[in-house]
Amino acid sequence: MSENLLNVNNLVVNFKMRSGEVTAINDISFSLLKGEKFGLVGESGAGKSVTGFSIIKLISKPGYIKSGEILFKNTDLAKLDYESIRKIRGNRISMIFQDPMMTLNPVLTIGTQMMETLMAHKNISKSEARKIAVEKLKKVHIPSPEKRLEQYPHEFSGGMRQRIIIAISLLTDPELIIADEPTTALDVTIQAEIMELLLQLCDSMGMGLILITHDLAVVSQVTDRMAVMYAGKIIEEGNTLEIIENPKHPYTEGLIAALPESASTKEKLNQIPGNMPGLGKIPEGCSFHPRCTKMMDICLTDEPELKEYKSLHRKISCHLYNEKEH
Amino acid sequence: MFAFVVRRIVQALIVVFVISIISFAIKSNVGDPIRQITGVSVSEKERDELREKLGLNDPVYIQYFRFMKKAVQGDFGVSYFYRKPAVDVIIAKAPATIELVLVSSFIIIFLSVPLGIYSAIYPKKLFSRFLMGGSIVGVSIPVFLTAIVLIYIFSIQLGWLPSYGRGELVNVNGWQTGFLTVSGWKHLILPSVSLSSIMLPLFIRLIRSEMMEVLESEYIKYAWAKGLDKYRVWFIHAFKNTLLPVITVGGVQLGITIAFTILTETVFQWQGLGFLFMEAVERSDTSLLIAYLMFVGIVMVVVNTLVDIIYGLVNPTIRVTGSGK
Amino acid sequence: MMGKISKFRNSYLWYSFKNDKFAITSFLVFMLLLIIAVFAPLISPYNPYSPDNIFILNAEMPPFWIDGGSKEFLLGTDDQGRDLLSTMIYGLRISIIIGIGAVLLQAILGIIIGLISGYVGGKIDSFFMRLADVQLSFSYLMVAIFLSAIFKAAFGVGTFGEVAVPFLIIVIGLAQWPQYARTVRASVLAEKEKEYVQAARVTGFGSVKIMWSHILPNCLSPIFVLSTIQVANAVMSEAALSFLGLGMPVTRPSLGSLINSGFEYIFSGSWWITAFPGIVLVILVLSVNMLGDWLRDTLNPKLYKG
Repeated sequence: MSENLLNVNNLVVNFKMRSGEVTAINDISFSLLKGEKFGLVGESGAGKSVTGFSIIKLISKPGYIKSGEILFKNTDLAKLDYESIRKIRGNRISMIFQDPMMTLNPVLTIGTQMMETLMAHKNISKSEARKIAVEKLKKVHIPSPEKRLEQYPHEFSGGMRQRIIIAISLLTDPELIIADEPTTALDVTIQAEIMELLLQLCDSMGMGLILITHDLAVVSQVTDRMAVMYAGKIIEEGNTLEIIENPKHPYTEGLIAALPESASTKEKLNQIPGNMPGLGKIPEGCSFHPRCTKMMDICLTDEPELKEYKSLHRKISCHLYNEKEH
Repeated sequence: MFAFVVRRIVQALIVVFVISIISFAIKSNVGDPIRQITGVSVSEKERDELREKLGLNDPVYIQYFRFMKKAVQGDFGVSYFYRKPAVDVIIAKAPATIELVLVSSFIIIFLSVPLGIYSAIYPKKLFSRFLMGGSIVGVSIPVFLTAIVLIYIFSIQLGWLPSYGRGELVNVNGWQTGFLTVSGWKHLILPSVSLSSIMLPLFIRLIRSEMMEVLESEYIKYAWAKGLDKYRVWFIHAFKNTLLPVITVGGVQLGITIAFTILTETVFQWQGLGFLFMEAVERSDTSLLIAYLMFVGIVMVVVNTLVDIIYGLVNPTIRVTGSGK
Repeated sequence: MMGKISKFRNSYLWYSFKNDKFAITSFLVFMLLLIIAVFAPLISPYNPYSPDNIFILNAEMPPFWIDGGSKEFLLGTDDQGRDLLSTMIYGLRISIIIGIGAVLLQAILGIIIGLISGYVGGKIDSFFMRLADVQLSFSYLMVAIFLSAIFKAAFGVGTFGEVAVPFLIIVIGLAQWPQYARTVRASVLAEKEKEYVQAARVTGFGSVKIMWSHILPNCLSPIFVLSTIQVANAVMSEAALSFLGLGMPVTRPSLGSLINSGFEYIFSGSWWITAFPGIVLVILVLSVNMLGDWLRDTLNPKLYKG
């Protein structure tokens, strides 16, 4: 029985704005087993990136963790001080950002940016760090890695830069990788390669992966389980393929129907009418109700909770399923 | 990189050429060189003869060519006041200005860097706000006014520091230096502080705003995500990127500093090039004026070109690809 | 018109201004100085340019609150016996005229060149930008000092005194157009590719009209920010020139010249001749700088993301 690698319990993240505080993450909970690949899916602004950053307490000001636990193998990350969380970042939990062009520091060599990560966390010499860096570059299929270490980011193509970032994330043999839209900024042709590489590495090294994306296609190919986020909450969670073939929450249904693949030829593309509410403008009751085709009276006033339905093998946050037994 | 350097050097040469034309224009049109050489009690006929002999009736481009030929050899004519070649006078007075600028630059660099970085990392702290407030006031007070106020407080009221001159000097191979005596240093304090008084707040604000912008960038966020030590993030990741625009501005400011030396030296009767320039203006000593112009022009061009080249070396995107992308 | 006023009232600019004490204070101070300068003949107790008011026997009288001063000359008199307060008021006027005049010149010149250069591109653009590069590598203060020195040497003190004000405006104005040109050109290049310009072109608008009514309004905010800095610089440059004796003549002194003439007298104790003009100069430049800072912070689009 695999143990839980990560347990997020009732996480609430607020932003202090000029006009007051707004809630970006409104009480979410999920967990990850060792070596599991988990997808966090939703539209822009749903809160998925913020969730990813919160795990290593890297939320941009004016955001902060208001309450909740982030249990990484029994340590609550949310309560750690700066020095303690620093030791975990880039070491046991690595992060991959969206745009490789902006993520690498233009004035430092690749080698420096790789070796510094190793030397910040492990007590090894520069030459040992160099060896490990070369080894990881090989793992991501970068040719002539020794020479490449002396080069600068602008000398590489977009795809290669993202490979380097993946290599950096592997340097300390972390237990968990959080990838925030890792392929969105890349050419379509390269996207598949990068995702394939990431998947393969996670499998071979037994690392857990949290894949944050709005791309359902990618999620379906890579992850074991997934959670769908809407306006700062998780509204559906379960086995990835099961959700995609058989979505339960009206929003998830809409998302899947909206995929170009779902529309039959010569039919109009399906759309979910309306827009996701912005921070601070979330409606009363169920946050999705203004756009929901299956809305009932209770949805206007009561916020549904994320409940586990064993018979459906799913967690759903929707009044439609209230009568069914848990 | 090579192409970059070549382009900068060509630009520098063009500027020097422009300066030389201006100098020549001044020389041939301002003041009467004949009168300067001979004085008043010489007859009209003798003056005309002299004019012919000196080749002052030749066409302009020949005169220009002659001028440039001499200039390249370091001959800018004779200062009629000092009765010495202008170049010699400039060389004699240069050390005073150079020492002043050196001390002032030290003050600026060693104070603005730490203060700028501190106020970028901790912008809300009281000290940072105080620095910012002080900086705005600092850039609003003209250099000469600061100098006067400093003299009033430290020389007149408190009597701690001298208010004019360079003090005791030591001659090191022809270089009159004030660095080797206590008196020399005492005399250096007020003028160099005055000279720094506008540049210092300017640089503090510049470093702070550039650094704050850098600290918001994605690669800094990524550096935090990698769990690097905070000093490494601030000084190696952030500061190196801050340096680039600061170097560019720094080069431009040098030209302004030269103008400020004129003001400062005038207030403190500091026997340097700035003071010399004002004297030359007073007396219409054209040879000296031109020599000063060429000297300052060349210094500025050389420094600007050097700064550009240094920038090219420090910025890897230029160094490796050779273009300024 | 009413529409525009209410639009302004609701804008972020007004909101930010109302709530920023420093912005309001510096704006009021600047307005006050401006009014004093404009109405100088009405406000000033004496006319310092009239020879009737120069009475050597009155020279170097201290401000009225010190022994030896009198209520007739509130802030004392200068070395020529002129009432300091009056001379300062007129000096302030000259400083402001030159400061704003020079900036108007730079702005107009720079904006036109920037618009043309950016919009037309090609050889014209290269030429102007090279010229700007070369000119920027010279410190404008150096150039101003040199030009004034040469002018004075060539034409003598008398002529110089007469044309001082326009001369200074031109010199300081010409020296700084590259800043405006570069800023405007950058905006033009950014706007040129935008759809509304393409649309205007397709609809058949002439180039000049496009530049004037479409592109220019979008370049306005950097121009405003730049202008405040430049006014401060222009005032300081004129003060520096006058201090060196290369600016306003002693007969029509600006604040800088007053500081200069007062300098010698500091040692003998008559500190007010330098102090009061100095204070006014600093207040003038400081208020402009603070307005500029506030403007820059407010108009900075990055802050909207916060």
